[in-house]
Amino acid sequence: MKSLSDKALKRLRESADVPDLVGTRYRLLEQIARGGMGVVYAAEDQTLARRVAIKVLDVPVLDSDLAHRLNREARVLARLEHPGIVPVHDVGTLADGRVFYTMKFVEGRRLDEHLESVPSVPDRLRLFLRICDAVAFAHARGVLHRDLKPANVMVGAFGEVLVMDWGLAKIVRDSVPAAESCADPDAVHFLAPSALPTGPEAAPASAVTSHGTILGTPGYMSPEQTRGDISSLDQRSDIFSLGALLRFLLATPASREPSESTRQKDKALDAVCDKATAIDPRERYSSVSDLSADVSRYLDGLPVTARRENLLDKASRFYRRHTIPILLMAAYLAMRILLLLFSRR
Amino acid sequence: MTRWSVIHAVKSGDPAEQTHALDTLFSAYWKPVYKYVRLRWNRPKEDAQDLTQGFFAELLERELLAKYDPAKSRLRTYLRLCVDSFIINQEKAAHRQKRGGAAIHLALDFPAAEGELAGLTIDPQSIPSPESLEEFFEKEWIRSLFALAVEDLRQLCRQHDRDGTFRLFEEYDLAGDSDISYQTLAEEYSLPVSAVTNALAWARREFRRIALERLRQICATDEEFHREARAVFGSEAR
Repeated sequence: MKSLSDKALKRLRESADVPDLVGTRYRLLEQIARGGMGVVYAAEDQTLARRVAIKVLDVPVLDSDLAHRLNREARVLARLEHPGIVPVHDVGTLADGRVFYTMKFVEGRRLDEHLESVPSVPDRLRLFLRICDAVAFAHARGVLHRDLKPANVMVGAFGEVLVMDWGLAKIVRDSVPAAESCADPDAVHFLAPSALPTGPEAAPASAVTSHGTILGTPGYMSPEQTRGDISSLDQRSDIFSLGALLRFLLATPASREPSESTRQKDKALDAVCDKATAIDPRERYSSVSDLSADVSRYLDGLPVTARRENLLDKASRFYRRHTIPILLMAAYLAMRILLLLFSRR
Repeated sequence: MTRWSVIHAVKSGDPAEQTHALDTLFSAYWKPVYKYVRLRWNRPKEDAQDLTQGFFAELLERELLAKYDPAKSRLRTYLRLCVDSFIINQEKAAHRQKRGGAAIHLALDFPAAEGELAGLTIDPQSIPSPESLEEFFEKEWIRSLFALAVEDLRQLCRQHDRDGTFRLFEEYDLAGDSDISYQTLAEEYSLPVSAVTNALAWARREFRRIALERLRQICATDEEFHREARAVFGSEAR
């Protein structure tokens, strides 16, 4: 048996990992990223002459749970037609058995990179609200994301905000029957890999999400998710991740700020983050809409539900909200007082 | 675990299955173990050969594979720690029992492994520091796995009358020559470039399939298989 040199070893590992797209309509361009389940490449759709992103599973399909998950991810995404969720075009199996699916190629930056050019807190909060919109939509369709973090949010070239990587998504409720989506004349018909014994809609959530398996990203995972207590997960777990994401948005300095600069802490926003990331799910917001409503209230200069204000807070918020009229009124009163004083002399 | 795996087979109690399982396991692990003993424990050739034989003998005698718990670690890590503990015990006893004659004697090609260590195929720069021994063991384990898969591919090509395909694969992917191109190969073998492309795509696909199949056999669970597959082909190990 011949020994392999280091160079041969490296070459074999690289060349055997590159997906062979022969027999598909796609031409491989370059590797973009490696996610929890597979590798994302840029590819050219030769039929429609457009650039797409193609995600390829690390291991072949066969009887693997991972293949179910990738296939589910494609179907989950196909159901979630929302401007804030990256659309899936196609799903299939490569000649070597690996599952792939293609998505819209998003030209943009990851949220954490994009923040460098967004110094203003209100602008960041508006970004956050758009993330919340996409997640709230998914929740309304019975889908939890379970891996919300800055690296999974892309900001496109025209400012569009897209929530990516639904690889850990969990279907908690089938709100859209499979037949409904197939009946849609514009629906993309997915070619389920023949090796898969059943469709994801047919499988109960527990069959595709093994109880006790810890999936997600530390720091953004809710305590119940960290414990692997998957059966107890609901939308409040995503709310925890959104709270952690909001904290990240508020704490990350922009490139124009000195790195050691600390943003002025805002008690109301802190309270919103604290409520969203409460250890006990019952103490969190009950829905993403409630969380985004609180953030919107803050942006409108109204009190947030996460914090009871004292008199000083109320006065301070009233001042922030009506700064110009208050200053005009103060200037007017000062003038009147001065006039009064001069007229008495 | 739905497919055949060594751990499953070792625990099965069927002697034929056990023999096949151990053969699969030993062929993938003996070289990494030998090189690890030589480098990590700084043992001379003869000692390392005895210890490698002795380790696999102990693996059988003490039924260490049956004690392996996939929930706690990867099989690869477990075996490496077993090697460490085996050698420490040997030192403690200050008793170098000559292994190999009693319970088991494996026909292992030590000179080949020694040749690799001597720098024929291993870059001296890559000799590990104590901190990177896990990395070293992993790399040697992948080298061993891939060498077996290449051999299987050679057999497969022979069976399918595709010796030419294997030659192309050997020259492009195994020779380690970064300057070689599909065009060069096409000219050398008087083939169209598309034929070279297709042949190499087939060979890599089969190589990957064989390597993953072998990997699956030496992993105890699907989860471990996925992790190891990522380590073997993914960016984690690069």
